Amino acid sequence: MTTTTSAPVPPIVTPPSSSVPPGPTSRQRVRRRRPVSWISNLVLILISLMILVPVLWVVMASVKTKGEFYGNPWALPEGLHWQNFADAFVDANMGPYLLNSLLVTVVGLCFVLIIAVPAAYALARFEFRGKSILETLLLAGLFINVNYIVIPIFLMLLGWDKALRTFMPSGFFIDNLFVLGLVYAATSLPFTIYLLLAYFRTIPVSYEEAATLDGASRFRTMRTVMLPMAMPAISTAILFNFLSYWNDYIISLSLIPGENKTLQVGLLNLFQAQRAAADYGRLYAGMVIVIIPVVILYIIIQKRLLQNVGAGGLKE
Amino acid sequence: MARRPVSLNTRGKNRFVLLCVAPAIILYVLFMVVPTFDVFRMSLYNWTGVGGTPTFAGFDNFVALAGDMQFVRAFQNTVFLLVVVSIVTMAGGLVLAGVMTQGKVRASNLYRFVLYLPSVLSIVVVAAIFSAVYDQQNGLINGSLNFLGLDSLSQVWLGDQKIIMYSIAFAMVWQSLGYYLVLYMSGMSNIPAEIYEASALDGAGPFRQFFDITLPLVWETLRTSLIFFIISSINLAFVLVRALTGGGPDGSSEVLLDYMYKQAYTNSSYGYGMAIGTAIFLFSFLAALIISRATKREVLQF
Repeated sequence: MTTTTSAPVPPIVTPPSSSVPPGPTSRQRVRRRRPVSWISNLVLILISLMILVPVLWVVMASVKTKGEFYGNPWALPEGLHWQNFADAFVDANMGPYLLNSLLVTVVGLCFVLIIAVPAAYALARFEFRGKSILETLLLAGLFINVNYIVIPIFLMLLGWDKALRTFMPSGFFIDNLFVLGLVYAATSLPFTIYLLLAYFRTIPVSYEEAATLDGASRFRTMRTVMLPMAMPAISTAILFNFLSYWNDYIISLSLIPGENKTLQVGLLNLFQAQRAAADYGRLYAGMVIVIIPVVILYIIIQKRLLQNVGAGGLKE
Repeated sequence: MARRPVSLNTRGKNRFVLLCVAPAIILYVLFMVVPTFDVFRMSLYNWTGVGGTPTFAGFDNFVALAGDMQFVRAFQNTVFLLVVVSIVTMAGGLVLAGVMTQGKVRASNLYRFVLYLPSVLSIVVVAAIFSAVYDQQNGLINGSLNFLGLDSLSQVWLGDQKIIMYSIAFAMVWQSLGYYLVLYMSGMSNIPAEIYEASALDGAGPFRQFFDITLPLVWETLRTSLIFFIISSINLAFVLVRALTGGGPDGSSEVLLDYMYKQAYTNSSYGYGMAIGTAIFLFSFLAALIISRATKREVLQF
């Protein structure tokens, strides 16, 4: 705990051998007096219910018929009214939006890995001119808040489209899901490079030296020796970036004004439309569609995710 | 371990390094550095509409901001949310983390799983959940109250100017509590158990231990998270307000970022919008600086 920086520190992934702090087990802990433990359990149960009940209530309501939304809000649905989901998928376009979100997320993840892994590797392993400036510049990027710079990015892309008008009258940069993926990748570079850089530095250099002696090229060494060894950090990077791309609303709103919207923008539109029409079923079904992939992922990788949120604190 | 990788730094190195870092530098400069400078540059221009040409206006936009009551309102609301939500979230997160790491809590992994759940949901989903909770007739709260015959207690959660900001603050706490809980828990799990054992032998109770051991030792984590919190809650408040209330009724729940986007996209006043952006940036930077200074303590080691 010797950190003096006031910067938001990116999660630092340490090698598996030391990734779990040698925390005291429950048996080592000092025993507490009973009343405290009783009260704290009660408080935790209440807070957990406050988190879970609204989510489960929405999931339950997503299979209710229109008439069932009036009256007792706690009544269980009489049957499974799947029509809400059909309405959401087809009429409210959530189906195509789901595919768009998947595409953008995958494209963004591919871009960010292809670009950030070599950059982090070079920064971790080689001495070159301007290296410290580059590192500082990237660290400063952790402070840049994407929400402020979306408008200039939008105007810049709009300007590029205008310049291209003679060749491409319909434009290229705005309303392009691949460009959106690229912008996601670019705005998450500082975070991703720092995460990977810290991990690369913990891997002993002797592995690469051996590979180099065997005559492997630098590129090959990076790909076949370092890449597999860095998998824990890479999968953490994938995880956090997946959540931020999938859940992004504001960049997507600005850069995709046309038809090819992503799920989050689609959901917000759905729910502004609902306010006028009071069509709850479709909205709740739409929400469930947005939540389910994330919750499934969360259940699968919760251990790693929660561990790394911890590492995002102040371990040096 | 600090030995330089000699054999890697050989002939042909520069070309390899350039190939590795060039794409990252280009993308970073193009999509992060340039737009950041653009925010400041554009705030000095009058620019209405995408078709129009920007004209230099000096600090006119900022002078206009100072007299813009909507902006002042949005500013007050943002500060209100920052103060209220950060106090409740951080105090709650700290106490719960202390209870879960030190107290005897069964199934603490399950609680952690549930409490962190809102952090993986998008802000749009959180907003949609709370629009269902706060819905005037059939929402979770008012629907339940009506069903129980307690109609008199039901409120227009998102329409009453007196309570609207509290409704939004509650949704923000709901969303962010788990993240800070997990963060503090990991800070606390690094504290050696011997310290607690020794102090227990000296007769210190759980409250005493929390204030004398836990709190000082996680102080740095706390400081960093507070500064982090300012940035993230400005964003969180924006999407929540945009989705839940649209800033209404009558601008009473407007927050800074939402106002910026309205000026830029709806009103097509890009220069003015960017002046708001600059103001938010300066505000959050100053707030972070002040908090960082005010909370500075000698770092304790264990």
